[in-house]
Amino acid sequence: MKISGAQMVIEALIAENVDTVFGYPGGAIMNIYDEIYKQNSFKHILTRHEQAAVHAAEGYAKVSGKVGVAMITSGPGFTNAVTGLADAYMDSVPLVVISGQVPMSLIGTDAFQEIDAVGISRSCTKHNYLVTDAKDLPRVLKEAFYIASSGRPGPVHVDIPKDITAQIEVFDYSTPIHLETYKPTIKGNVRQIKKAVMAIKEAKRPLFYIGGGAINSNAAQEVREFVKMTGIPAVETFMARGTLRYDDPLLISMPGMHGSYAANMAMSETDLMISLGARFDDRVTGKLSEFAKHAKIIHVDVDPASISKIVKVDYPIVGDLRHVVKNMMEIASSVIEKERYEPWLESVEHFDKLHPLSYKEDSDKLKPQWVIQRVGELLGECANITTDVGQHQMWTAQFYPFSRPRQLISSGGLGTMGFGFPAAIGVKVADFERVSINITGDGSILMNIQELMTAVEKKIPVINIILNNNFLGMVRQWQTLFYDKRHSETDLSMQPDFVMLAKAFGGIGYVVHTKEEFDAALNDAVEKNIVAMIDVRIDRFENVMPMVPSGGSLFNMMLEYKEK
Amino acid sequence: MEAVRRVISVVVLNEASVLSRITDLFSGRGYNITSLTVAPIPKSKYSRLTIVTSGSMRVIEQITKQLHKLIPVLKVIEHCDAVEKEMVLVKFSSDNSISDIETICSAYNGKIVNAGDGFFIALIADESQRMDNFLDAIERFHPKEIVRSGTVALER
Repeated sequence: MKISGAQMVIEALIAENVDTVFGYPGGAIMNIYDEIYKQNSFKHILTRHEQAAVHAAEGYAKVSGKVGVAMITSGPGFTNAVTGLADAYMDSVPLVVISGQVPMSLIGTDAFQEIDAVGISRSCTKHNYLVTDAKDLPRVLKEAFYIASSGRPGPVHVDIPKDITAQIEVFDYSTPIHLETYKPTIKGNVRQIKKAVMAIKEAKRPLFYIGGGAINSNAAQEVREFVKMTGIPAVETFMARGTLRYDDPLLISMPGMHGSYAANMAMSETDLMISLGARFDDRVTGKLSEFAKHAKIIHVDVDPASISKIVKVDYPIVGDLRHVVKNMMEIASSVIEKERYEPWLESVEHFDKLHPLSYKEDSDKLKPQWVIQRVGELLGECANITTDVGQHQMWTAQFYPFSRPRQLISSGGLGTMGFGFPAAIGVKVADFERVSINITGDGSILMNIQELMTAVEKKIPVINIILNNNFLGMVRQWQTLFYDKRHSETDLSMQPDFVMLAKAFGGIGYVVHTKEEFDAALNDAVEKNIVAMIDVRIDRFENVMPMVPSGGSLFNMMLEYKEK
Repeated sequence: MEAVRRVISVVVLNEASVLSRITDLFSGRGYNITSLTVAPIPKSKYSRLTIVTSGSMRVIEQITKQLHKLIPVLKVIEHCDAVEKEMVLVKFSSDNSISDIETICSAYNGKIVNAGDGFFIALIADESQRMDNFLDAIERFHPKEIVRSGTVALER
C-alpha cells in the first residue's frame, strides 16, 4: 500500500489504538491535519495552547496508563510544547509528541517558523527523531510508541518536515521492532532478590519507601499485598499517592519537605529502607549526610541510572517493579515473621500520635485543608484529582483520602504551574465516568486559563477548585520564613472575577466564603456536570506544615508556624 | 570524593545527531570531557567514541549508566587495562635544525611527515603523559602550531 507520510501518521495512530489526540494545527503540520479531518477513528481535541495539548496528553496517559499523543506545528508551536515535554520527562509519562517541521529544503535556512526542534527536545525527552524520509516513518512511529511505554516510560518526540508528510511511500506497520541498542531489564536478578529478602528478615526496623514507579509499573496490587504480608510500615512519595489506600493501617503518609512527622522520623530511624520505584528526590531526602543514617538500602528500579545516583545502595535490583515484588513475595512468604517488626511499628505509630498531620480550624476563615478533606468526603473514590503546583498541591497530598493508584495526577518533578487544568481535561477524556477535579491556586489557574474554551467547547466538565488566598502562596511562605517577610511580587490582591470569567467562556462559576457555600457549590457543579470554577476564599496566611527547610534534615521539622 | 581520570569507550549507532546526544548528556549533567574522539567502526553501522573524563567514583558510575540509558548506545566500556594513544602534529619553522627535532621525535616513536617552503611537520603518537613530555621537550624550538588529537584506547 502506497500512501502519503501524513496518511502514514494516521494509520500508525490507528494501529496503536489511539483514541484521542490533543493538538493545535499550524503551517508545517497541515498535511497531517488534513488527514485528521478525513478520518473517524480517533477524536482530536483542540486545546487553546500547545503547552496545554501536551499537559492534556499527560493527564490522559497518567490516568489511563496508555501512551498520550499530542500534535503541534513547527517553531512557536513546538517551543510552546517544550514545558510539557520536560514535565513528562521528569515524571516518566509515556507520550508520543508529533511536531511539524519546515520542508527539508528549508531546514537550516532560518525559514519562517523554523526551529531546531530535536536539538531543543533532546535534553527533555527519552528519545527523539527527525524523520528525513517517509520510508522511515512506519518504523520510527512504531519505535516511538514502544520506547515511550517500555522500561522507564517517558516522552518521545517525532519531528516531521512538511514535504515528508506529502511524500508517497509504501506503508507496512507489521515489521517487528528491532532495537539492538535498547533492551530494558524486566526481570530482577534472583540472587540479588534473595539477598534483599534475607536483609528484610534480619532487619529490626524496616520501612517501605514507595515511589512513582509503583504506579508506572501497575504494581499497586502487588505492593499492597507485600506490605500486608510483611507487616512492615510504609511511606509513599508524592508521586506514589494512592498506591496504598489512605486507610491502610501500615501507611504512614508521605515523607519529605512537607511530609508527616511520623514518615520523616521513620525515614530517619529505619535500619533497612526498601525503596520500590522511588528516586531519592531532594524534596524527599532533605540533607543527604543525615538521610537514613542508620539504614541499609534496598533499591528496586527499572532505571539502573536511578540506583546509587543520590545515595549509596546496598542491595540494587534492576527490573520492573511488578515482577520484582512478585518474586520478593514468593521468597518472603516462607521466611518473614511479622511479629519481629511489631515493636518498630508501635514506635512509628507513636510518632504519628505525637504529631499527626493537622490544622487549626478558624470560625470565620475557611481553611484550605478542610476544603480538600471535604472534597474527599463528598466524592472520595469517585473523583480523579489533578493539581497545579504550590501550597494547594501539598495540602492535597497531605489531606485527600486517596484510595487507588492513578487517582492523583500532578506535576511532581518539574513542578509546572498551569499543569492542572489541561491535565484534568485529559483525565476526564480518558476516564469519563469519574468526576475530574482540578485543585488549584489563584496563581496557577491563570497559567492555562484559556483551556476553559477547550473544556466548554468539547463538553469536558472539569471542576476547578481554586484555593484562593490572593497570594503566590508557596513562594510567600518561603519569603515569610527565609526572607524576613519581604513578600516580593507574590501579593496577588488584584485577581479577575473568576465567576464572570467562567461565564464568559460558557462555564459556571461560584464564590465561596463558608463551608455551607462550598458544599452547595461543589454539589451543584457535580450535578450540573458542566465546566466549573469554584473560587474558594481561604485564610490568606495559612502555611503548609510541617516543613523541612530546604537543605535541612528530615528529623528536624518545623511543626507549626503561625504567620498571622 | 577524589576525582579520578577515566577512559570510556562508547559504541553507538552511526546515525544523525548521536554525537550531540552524548555531548548534551555531559554538559547537561555537569560532567567533564577532557578529550573526545569519534569515528565509524569499519564495515558496521556503529561508531566508536573514546571519551577521557574525570570525576569522583560516583560521577564516573553515573556517566557510564547515563550513557547506557541513551537509546542509540550499544556498549559502554570503562577501561581499566587498555593501550592508550593520542596523536600530535607540530609545525616548525625550517630555521630550526631538522636533525635535532628528528632525534627528539624518534625518542617518542615519531617522525617528520611533511616539509615545505620554510616549515616542516612532525607527527607523534604516544600516551597522554609522554605526549606532555614531548611537548615540553620541543618548546625551545618555538613550534608555530600544535594540533593534538583526543585519546583512542583498546582494552588489552
